[in-house]
Amino acid sequence: MNINDILSVENLTMRFGGIVAVNDLSFTAERGKITALIGPNGAGKTTVFNCITGFYKPTSGTIKLRHSDGEWRLERLNDFRISKIAKVARTFQNIRLFPGMTALENLMVAQHNTLMRASGFTLLGLFGVPSYRAAEKAAIDLARYWLDQIGLLERADDAAGNLPYGDQRRLEIARAMCTEPALLCLDEPAAGLNARESAALNELLLKIRAEHGTSILLIEHDMSVVMQISDHINVLDYGVKIADGTPQQIRDNPKVIAAYLGADEEEAIAVMEGET
Amino acid sequence: MAANASQAKTARGPDAAFILKKAVISALVALVLFSLMIGIRTEAGSDGQLTWWTRFGDLAAMVAVVFGGSIVMELLRHWWGPVDTVRVVPPSAQKVFSFAGRALVPALLIFTFLVPVIFYDERYILDLGILVLTYVMLGWGLNVVVGLAGLLDLGYVAFYAVGAYSYALLATNFGLSFWICLPLAGILAAFFGVLLGFPVLRLRGDYLAIVTLAFGEIIRLVIINWQTLTGGPNGISGIPRPTMFGIPLTPGDGGLADRLGIEFSPTHRIVFLFYLILALALLTNWVTIRLRRLPIGRAWEALREDEVACRALGINTTTTKLTAFATGAMFGGFAGAFFATRQGFISPESFTFHESALVLAIVVLGGMGSQLGVALAALAMIGGFELFRGLEQFRMLVFGGAMVLLMIWRPRGLIGHRAPTVFLERNTVISSDLVKEGHG
Repeated sequence: MNINDILSVENLTMRFGGIVAVNDLSFTAERGKITALIGPNGAGKTTVFNCITGFYKPTSGTIKLRHSDGEWRLERLNDFRISKIAKVARTFQNIRLFPGMTALENLMVAQHNTLMRASGFTLLGLFGVPSYRAAEKAAIDLARYWLDQIGLLERADDAAGNLPYGDQRRLEIARAMCTEPALLCLDEPAAGLNARESAALNELLLKIRAEHGTSILLIEHDMSVVMQISDHINVLDYGVKIADGTPQQIRDNPKVIAAYLGADEEEAIAVMEGET
Repeated sequence: MAANASQAKTARGPDAAFILKKAVISALVALVLFSLMIGIRTEAGSDGQLTWWTRFGDLAAMVAVVFGGSIVMELLRHWWGPVDTVRVVPPSAQKVFSFAGRALVPALLIFTFLVPVIFYDERYILDLGILVLTYVMLGWGLNVVVGLAGLLDLGYVAFYAVGAYSYALLATNFGLSFWICLPLAGILAAFFGVLLGFPVLRLRGDYLAIVTLAFGEIIRLVIINWQTLTGGPNGISGIPRPTMFGIPLTPGDGGLADRLGIEFSPTHRIVFLFYLILALALLTNWVTIRLRRLPIGRAWEALREDEVACRALGINTTTTKLTAFATGAMFGGFAGAFFATRQGFISPESFTFHESALVLAIVVLGGMGSQLGVALAALAMIGGFELFRGLEQFRMLVFGGAMVLLMIWRPRGLIGHRAPTVFLERNTVISSDLVKEGHG
């Protein structure tokens, strides 16, 4: 594991019965950088994500995470501890907000662990001690900051389920950021967004990287997002890494072009250029 | 149901063909069901042989009733519309509604406080009031588990029983006073809540419901069979009555009446019990309202909305579920201790599945998660049931029909919308369509 790496996945294998979803995969994600994971549908990208964030226990392999708070072996941690202790946050391919709670409440739930400590594990909070009130105010301020960042301050008190699709996507990112993560894992954040929304997403992610120093791991199909903001790209096909490098290197890699969209090279190049 | 509702939404006005089709299907089902039950009457003849005759007239009448009823039901549904349809209400009426809405809670509370004053001489009303308040408290307790955390619990009566037996056994065996036993009963019930919580952590939905149902039965069966401790089916009698912080509510020297220098009346105790259960219920309400605004309460509601997302945010769903079970159980235990001291006698018969079902019905009818809704539902379920007493054997029928109509009119309960726990600018209510019911 390189000193600059925040995440190092080594020889990760995940089997479901007879199906090998991820086969002996190794890659790293550099601290403070945006690392992308791309590949055709069914390449095993989301499986890798689920292994990193603890929703699956990998069949074999190690996942190391290291940042200023310490070093962890993620495959040994429970899913909620990965977020609570190791500070890895994630979003979902199919949005998983709390639809019946307001946008603000969604961001408050994300600060659960901080607020739990402040409320003396509920007992002090029950009697409304001043220190808890101060902590709650700080939590609301953090939520307000992130709502402002994603341009949803106006809709703070609307139910999350009532927001338009693109807003829900951004709200999910804001919710993940409210856990104050060191590594943010985004599973297809641009899916279903139009060109303008994708551009806004790029800006948001670059801002997160620049202003908060949060490292980002990204799964994405939208090449206009991947090629423009990624510092490093890993390409997966059938659970195996077939290439990695800078966006320019990936764009020029014939193996990627061939594998990524089949044999039709013309079309593949067009996609890689981000023209579709 | 959902398909019908959406159809009703898109179609403007009643769709005659659809309604007729539905009515015909209902009538056909009724025909099949009733053809043997009503169409043919069998009886043992004078010397034991089977005699039978047909009653096609009655059968036709029943099928016609179902056919007509189905049409009426559909028309009613169109008339009322689904809950979320926007009905044009003049602004002046809206103002009246919103004022009535805001005034309802204080008005109810003041009325409840005054009940023993107004109905001092009417023992029946006071007893009914105590009963309603007991169920309000149970409903509020179960609301934490079912309404907030979205965990379907069909065995809530178990905690009620644990509370009742804790008080009865501690008071009769060790002579502990009610005020010492009350917290102990709550703690013991909460302990049993955690005990139930552990094995069912991984279960969801129907499976959770079945295991909690079984848990309720296990507690009841243990109480019946552990004769040396609980007295088995004979129950426990001679449970001490509560004292007013040490002052007994009895005639003679040292009693409350004696000390105050007034004439003794058994109503004093009833009034005291009324205020006692009112205080306990309000405590439950206060704690629940506070908890909802604390991180633990938000985590419960988030758990109901999406458990996977909760885990991704670093929330320990195990402890969150256990605290929900324990908190709900604790309030059940308090109510149980009150029940024991009020009755003076408890037996396993008081803790059957019927009680669990009744409390769950109150929570569902009230609108899951709504404190006011649960209180209104308890009043309707317990008080309303008493109202129909004059109808004798048709009581259940009328009551059941009323329930069905109410659920058609308000499928998400009396108060279906959700109030946010925190807001920046506007305190808007959230439509019940968005709020999840939980998967167990």
